[in-house]
Amino acid sequence: MAKVENQEVKGLTGDQAVAYALLNIDPDVVPAYPITPQTIIMEKFSEFWADGLVKTELVHVESEHSAMSAAVGASATGARVFTATASQGVALMYEILFIASGSRLPIVMAVANRALSAPINIHGELTDQLVTRDAGWVSFIGEDAQEAYDHTIIGFKIAEYPEVSLPFMYGLEGFIVTHALEPVYMLDKKTIYDFIGEFREPSNWVFAPGNPGAQGLLALPDYYMELKYQQEQGMKNARKVIPKVLDEFGEITGRYYHEVEPFHMEDAKYAFITAGASSGTAKAVVQRLRSKGEPVGMVKLRTIRPYPDEQLSELLKDLDGVMVVDRSVTFGSPASIQATDLASALLKHRKFPRVLSSAIVGLGGRDITEKDFEGLYEQLKKDVQEDVSRTHWWGVRI
Amino acid sequence: MSDKTPIDIKSWIREQWGASKLPPGGVVPAPATSLEYKTGEWREFKPILDDEKCTGCTQCYFICPDDAIKMDDRFHPIFDYDFCKGCTLCVEICPVDAIKIVKEVK
Repeated sequence: MAKVENQEVKGLTGDQAVAYALLNIDPDVVPAYPITPQTIIMEKFSEFWADGLVKTELVHVESEHSAMSAAVGASATGARVFTATASQGVALMYEILFIASGSRLPIVMAVANRALSAPINIHGELTDQLVTRDAGWVSFIGEDAQEAYDHTIIGFKIAEYPEVSLPFMYGLEGFIVTHALEPVYMLDKKTIYDFIGEFREPSNWVFAPGNPGAQGLLALPDYYMELKYQQEQGMKNARKVIPKVLDEFGEITGRYYHEVEPFHMEDAKYAFITAGASSGTAKAVVQRLRSKGEPVGMVKLRTIRPYPDEQLSELLKDLDGVMVVDRSVTFGSPASIQATDLASALLKHRKFPRVLSSAIVGLGGRDITEKDFEGLYEQLKKDVQEDVSRTHWWGVRI
Repeated sequence: MSDKTPIDIKSWIREQWGASKLPPGGVVPAPATSLEYKTGEWREFKPILDDEKCTGCTQCYFICPDDAIKMDDRFHPIFDYDFCKGCTLCVEICPVDAIKIVKEVK
């Protein structure tokens, strides 16, 4: 497809951007339950629906558990389904997330990343999405409102590839992305329709009149493993499909995305690994440090699942030190959530930086500032000097 | 056994299909395939009718939780051993002790 010139640009928050993408995708069914900071996605989309701008069946459910259950039911009939949630909502959906992926249903879900209770907190943190990494969903994290808009469209395309047939979730950090106003370039209905295409059946069978059969069945020890292996094959296929889809999207929009996005990694001795909104801050700091002659780069991670292990190990091999800047938390683990994934990737490909440290930062929406990245850079150099990989609770008062 | 069941469903089981051949998502794209699954294999106790004693009261017919009892034209039970799991409810409810159980030997 040719590049779309003169894309309409609008000032939108991340949440509104998702709603505007949905306006032109016009999904068949959207079951949703409100939760901060996702609320505006559904508020805005409900306005479009009330104005008759979409043909969607909007289902008001009584909980997120019901939202995902309704999404599973709708998707099993061959409908194109979207929902959105955050934090406790993701947690309440947890059981059904596995049913969506195990049933190979290409549901698309926005996660307005927010810290998990207790204590209750409504601000940005990636833990809610990262803890679903074993649920069998293709999982993206975006940096800004534009990426939230674009991931909404890209998500349907990836999820619905017959050889992938997996649900897709993508994160936009609470308030920092969901509520901050930014210019967003938008696509018209026809372009989006041509890009995503007609809905492709998730398998060769769906619930439909005159099409008897069954889904959501019991599989005992004699078949369960084979069906799980099929899911891993779906993930493997997603590895091949994702770069293809991102390329195709780039051709239309001029916005070329990648699973991992290196910045100033040429001749770098040190690197940050970031995901989500803090990547922009990291870029500014890396740029400034480079202008002072510091050998530092960074890699922004877009895809959490499937994990881009090969690309990362290639980028990070032979570096002196790597600092994973992780806006999430796990307890009693060898390192932060993203650092443990990265360590497995490096071990798998047997290509290592000398030191792999991680920093737990910005929990509960605490700002991650340029000063933090400067401090983390000094800390990384210190870790390398002392030849120790550490996990730092960065900026916490002790 | 349903004659609507496509033949290839039976071959899944016979040929022990793997991940590359099974339909994705644990879907079974055909109706009434549970008829292929003989739950009678689970049975440990087998009900046997003493036809002399049976009065045709039909209580066993109605209590059977698996619909594994049919009736003949005298309303005497006919056990469908493909699906009788041997729960022995029919034995307990029979007012004239016309059903006895024997231990299944496999």
